[in-house]
Amino acid sequence: MLDIEDMKKLAGSGKASRREFIQFALAAGIGVAAAETMFGEAVAATPKQGGSARFGLAHGATTDTLDPAGYPDTGTQVPFWGAMSNSLTEVDAKGNITADLVESMEPVDGAKTWRFKLLKGVTFHNGKSFTAEDVIASYRYHMGPNSKSAAKSLLQAVTDIKADGPDTVVFSLSGGNADFPYICSDYHIPILPAKPDGTADWQSGARTGAFVFESWQPGVQAKLKRNPNYHKSGKPHFDEVTFLTLADVSARTNALTTGEVDWIGRCDLKTLGMLKRDPHVAITEVTGYGHYVFPMMVDKPPFDNVDVRTALKYALNREEISKKIFFGHAKPGNDNPIAPGVKFAINPKPQFAYDPEKAKFHLKKAGMSNLKVDLSIADAAFNGAVDAAVLYQQHAKAAGIDINIIREPDDGYWDNVWLKKSWCGGYWSGRPTCDWMFTTVYATGAAWNETHYANPKFQSLLLAARSETDDKKRAGMYAEMQQLLHDDGGVIVLVFNNYVEANSKKLAHNAIAPNWEADGLKIAERWWFA
Amino acid sequence: MSPIIKTVLQRLGLGLLTLFAVSIIIFFTVTMLPGDFAQAMLGQAATPETVAAFDREIGLDRPPVERYFNWLGGVLQGDFGNSFASQGSLGGGHARSVMSLIAPRLANTLFLAGFAAAVAVPLALGLGVLAALYRGTIFDRLINVVTLTSISMPEFFVAYILMLFLAVRWPIFHSLATVSPNTPFLEHLWRCALPALTLVLVIVAHMMRMTRASLIGLLSSPYMEMARLKGLSPRRLMLRHALPNAWAPIATVVALNLAYLIVGVVVVEVVFVYPGIGQLMVNSVSARDIPVVQGCALIFAATYILLNLLADILSIVTNPRLLHPR
Repeated sequence: MLDIEDMKKLAGSGKASRREFIQFALAAGIGVAAAETMFGEAVAATPKQGGSARFGLAHGATTDTLDPAGYPDTGTQVPFWGAMSNSLTEVDAKGNITADLVESMEPVDGAKTWRFKLLKGVTFHNGKSFTAEDVIASYRYHMGPNSKSAAKSLLQAVTDIKADGPDTVVFSLSGGNADFPYICSDYHIPILPAKPDGTADWQSGARTGAFVFESWQPGVQAKLKRNPNYHKSGKPHFDEVTFLTLADVSARTNALTTGEVDWIGRCDLKTLGMLKRDPHVAITEVTGYGHYVFPMMVDKPPFDNVDVRTALKYALNREEISKKIFFGHAKPGNDNPIAPGVKFAINPKPQFAYDPEKAKFHLKKAGMSNLKVDLSIADAAFNGAVDAAVLYQQHAKAAGIDINIIREPDDGYWDNVWLKKSWCGGYWSGRPTCDWMFTTVYATGAAWNETHYANPKFQSLLLAARSETDDKKRAGMYAEMQQLLHDDGGVIVLVFNNYVEANSKKLAHNAIAPNWEADGLKIAERWWFA
Repeated sequence: MSPIIKTVLQRLGLGLLTLFAVSIIIFFTVTMLPGDFAQAMLGQAATPETVAAFDREIGLDRPPVERYFNWLGGVLQGDFGNSFASQGSLGGGHARSVMSLIAPRLANTLFLAGFAAAVAVPLALGLGVLAALYRGTIFDRLINVVTLTSISMPEFFVAYILMLFLAVRWPIFHSLATVSPNTPFLEHLWRCALPALTLVLVIVAHMMRMTRASLIGLLSSPYMEMARLKGLSPRRLMLRHALPNAWAPIATVVALNLAYLIVGVVVVEVVFVYPGIGQLMVNSVSARDIPVVQGCALIFAATYILLNLLADILSIVTNPRLLHPR
């Protein structure tokens, strides 16, 4: 006997017409209006196969390569990792880690060793079978003293990788890490086929992903076609995908409205209202893990005094900046770099809001009646950084703080200003776990510790929480760490920026993942033509 | 030796010296910019060890003077080197030579430049002659106003306006000029329509005004007065008597504008997302990909030198006094 769920499936696959569905629903006691909506939803949520989709990316340069040690921006990440490759694990729409090329993941010995049982029957685009050797080669490529990879520091804790039969890989870490599977989902570590000599082959472009490499002009466009042997049945839905690099935002927007592309990333916030009015365009907005920061170096005066730092945190009107500079497409921060959607995230108290009186109070506690500081900033830090700094300057005046804005050149900002000047601006794309975010930026001695934060309590908690497998204990530790950073740290987290993207209404999708742009960079695999 | 041959040889010799000087200036300027290729590539992911490893691979750990002479030696043997993005292990046997990067983009740029020139030069010359013929009339004033207005506006402004009216409001043309090496000829032409139109609007004024001025300047000379007294029609006066002597300045201006079409259209390339050599050069400078920058710089310098040489030859050929010196 059929029930309404079976009927929905039949409707979705086109085997039941609207008339049949409604008749059935009426018999089941569901009203006509409700049945109509159900039918519409069932049809929309079931992916249809076919079509050639074109995506307009905001990045891409002539210096891009297929080498996963690089993949500097969406111009390579979306086509060559998200569409063409797989990592061992992936982050789903809810921010949880799920298996991609593995059957199971088992922590052993206090999460110091991880056993990954690999998926069977997976083949690379060139026909080679997927085995443990490929995993070992792919990971070793990023490790070792001569590696130029951006993932080198990520994998520093891995002391050994061994195969235990053709289907099992054992990772040995220098310290317990309950979040190791998250690290495996990084876009720098796609699984590459191993060459006969044991090294990884990234040059041929043969991977395990949903689409197969067809042609590529770096900085211009990449064409991929459907992989008929993809290990996720039913996916992908498109027959062919093309990724165009459209760096100029007006060209990108026009390309979408004139139908040259079906999706664009990084919409222009200033004209978003006009784009919304276009009846053929839908806007998607996701609050991800990315955030914009003003990091202060806590070992350089005057930022070495915690009251000065707190005064500066209170002298900033984050709400106004979010509304005026980001047009409301950003969530005001609270000096906690952990995004609200991440597991174990808390909102430390008190929420830093604009309060010139409190700022003055903390200045007095530090023994000053007014304060003069330099802020080195450029739009290279994040779009709108200079404007945000100017607004900040005005806000801080009411608290007796005189911020001197030093406008730095965009070119060379990351070499000369970030990590060098005692107060500047920056951005983070965020990480899906507390440990990863803290280790990358706030651990004592980390390469990117922009605030030179070196709090022994924070550091000891960091190491303890990493190998802690009891969720309740972990939650307590991470809560304490977030509160510490909020009260004592040198970073001002201005806002969590939303990913604002637009697509033609011809495309359909499920819930969008928050970890990276373009639906976790996997838009080609996850979306379909409605 | 005929004066033309002498001029050509002299010019080519000076041209080579110019190329040499240009290559030195560009090389050392880009080297002096902050940051290097490794840092530009790794971006936020650049740590001192990864940058050092990168530098060792692509040879950036050697001093600049040594690198320059290595490059120069290669060029003299016809090898322009490989892009930094494909050196060493990054190439893995598929190293991207500078020529293979530049060639398709140069072809695209030459196509667009050729298209724009094929429309703009006859148009400018024709309008110039007409304006000289009907000088002082409403027609003359109208042409001048329109062309001067179009050249006064920045080219990205002209580009956006054309895109708005001819691609977005009324979808006559494509808003994106994205082409690939296997785009058929007619489709390539169609996609280049808007960028070419933009470029035409930008360069017509200069050539037209020079043609007009050059012709009008000759009208008061004695032989023109003689021709007029003979009773010749204004058109014959203009085309058979004035124009042949007016070529020298016109040719120079046309050469300058043609060189601009190849070298200076990066803004139009960005707005219409056309994969030309201008954008390649800008990208490579941002990424500090020195071999590619050098290659582009040499091509640009060579373009100017050759086009100027052509203009000068044309001036000589059209001037019997220079062609057959006593």
